[in-house]
Amino acid sequence: MSFAARFFSRPATLFGFVVFAAIVTIALAAPLLFAHGPMAIVGMPLRPPGPGLLAGSDVIGRDMAVGLAYGARISLLVGVASTCCAVGIGVLLGAVAGYYGGLVDDLLMQITEFFQIIPAFMLAMVLVAFLQPSLSSTVIGITLITWPQVARVVRGQFLSLRSREFVEAARVLGMSDARIIFTQVLPNALPPIVVISSMMVGNAILTESALSFLGLGDPDLLSWGTMIGSSRVAMWVAWWTTVLPGVCIMVTVLAVNFIGDGLNDALNPRRGC
Amino acid sequence: MKLRYIGLRLVKTLLVTVVVVLLSFFLIHAVPGDAATVMAGQAGYADETYMKNLRAEYGLDQPLPVQLWAYVGRVAHGDLGTSFVRREKVLSIIMERLPNTLLLDAFALLAAAAGGITLGAMAARRPGSAGDSAVTTLAMLFYAVPQFWLGMMMVLVFAVWLNWLPPFGIETMGADYTGLARIADVAQHIILPGVTLALYFLAFYARLTRTAMIEVATLDFVKTARAKGISERQVQRRHVLRNALIPLVTYAGLQASILVGGSVLVENVFSWPGIGTLAYQAVQARDNPLLLGIFIVSSVLVCLFNLVTDIAYSLVDPRVELSS
Repeated sequence: MSFAARFFSRPATLFGFVVFAAIVTIALAAPLLFAHGPMAIVGMPLRPPGPGLLAGSDVIGRDMAVGLAYGARISLLVGVASTCCAVGIGVLLGAVAGYYGGLVDDLLMQITEFFQIIPAFMLAMVLVAFLQPSLSSTVIGITLITWPQVARVVRGQFLSLRSREFVEAARVLGMSDARIIFTQVLPNALPPIVVISSMMVGNAILTESALSFLGLGDPDLLSWGTMIGSSRVAMWVAWWTTVLPGVCIMVTVLAVNFIGDGLNDALNPRRGC
Repeated sequence: MKLRYIGLRLVKTLLVTVVVVLLSFFLIHAVPGDAATVMAGQAGYADETYMKNLRAEYGLDQPLPVQLWAYVGRVAHGDLGTSFVRREKVLSIIMERLPNTLLLDAFALLAAAAGGITLGAMAARRPGSAGDSAVTTLAMLFYAVPQFWLGMMMVLVFAVWLNWLPPFGIETMGADYTGLARIADVAQHIILPGVTLALYFLAFYARLTRTAMIEVATLDFVKTARAKGISERQVQRRHVLRNALIPLVTYAGLQASILVGGSVLVENVFSWPGIGTLAYQAVQARDNPLLLGIFIVSSVLVCLFNLVTDIAYSLVDPRVELSS
């Protein structure tokens, strides 16, 4: 079976892919779909969902539907950007540690263990609070607490691949270490990296929403977590203000996780479901 | 041998603590402006001499290494500084709230372990059955749900719509219950936040138990047990489940850090008066010493919890040796 056939063979993966594509489309098309921006006040506060206001209005009279569509942009942006940063750092350090071993390896393992032990979310919280809440500090915070996971996986892969024959052969051919790492070992180490990255996107979206919920989101942007946090006072009278953004987060993370599971199965056919 | 292992773990715990303190110091100095500017901002008053006196008073005019040494010394003596906002010692504020957080976390972990192991064992009995896929689906859902939102939905359903349980706080305000009545009151209040916090771990334990039980069930000693004619129930309980629980203990330490993060959020949703709500208040008020104090104390606690589970594990399982 081809990769694509294996990937789409599970209904859950297909579902995840379709939903994710829809969310990306809505996020990209948000300015075309709505006349107002997410911050614009369009009418009375706390109006229930109905004609004209698809998802109702929030505590200060903003259109929830517009907020939800624009919120997708933030979630996806933070999810993808922080994962890219974490994978970049993790691959680089993990590769060096796994390939060379020795002192570098010991040091890196101590660092990753450190990040596993300390309360990671608390660290992200402290960091974002100290850097002042903004989109970039959120990405920095999430990157800081997630890169060690990637480094660990990459290091394990490199450790098992570095003494394989094709690597020895490349060395005999006189390739430089950098070239061996990036053109010989890394391509062979990719499958688990792809799988862990896809899982990290979902977790990053959850962390972003949690930070925003605590008031540590970018004050100029309306993310799903911010929407939930700012509607807490209205939860008792206007369920849609908190229920809908939460459903958006859950559906997005589920879709991403389904894609991750699908990638996992497609890339490791031996392990099966 | 065991003593050396324990000693090594102790040294490691100490090292992690030192790094956390260094990190905190680094964070304090990464922020634009220093404590003096913050205090002057709060006083609403700042001329050159006033700032200079403030800096001299708090040692902020010293070179960084000197300040670092002083900071480490203070933390080592349990002095985490003074809250900007509440004008009290950070450590005493935290200690006042800490028992509430520990109560909530312990309740959540125990509930999750009990529920998760039961569900996982049930799912493993018949892999692929409807019950098995229900457990797997539930686990998938709980991994994707933001914990704080799940808590709000619990409030909406069980407190607002059904009116079964109290939505906020640790006890009924103004009721002043004592003795058993108070315990019953707190027990009622802990259910919603405790279950919210537990659900994520419940899903994790269920999956872990399920996988481990299916794996252990194929091992030789299980076949031997069956061949001896022991009842299936006994085989599952005494041979499969007991051995499948080992990975659960291994992961217990690693989960402490996730638990702390989760309880920050859940405490806030339910206004549970623990260090999680305190952290939120510190963020809102820009009370940096308090926020860092909470970070340091919770890191130390997580480290200690790891240390205890590691040692307990090494004592229980003779196969754990000095390898790490």
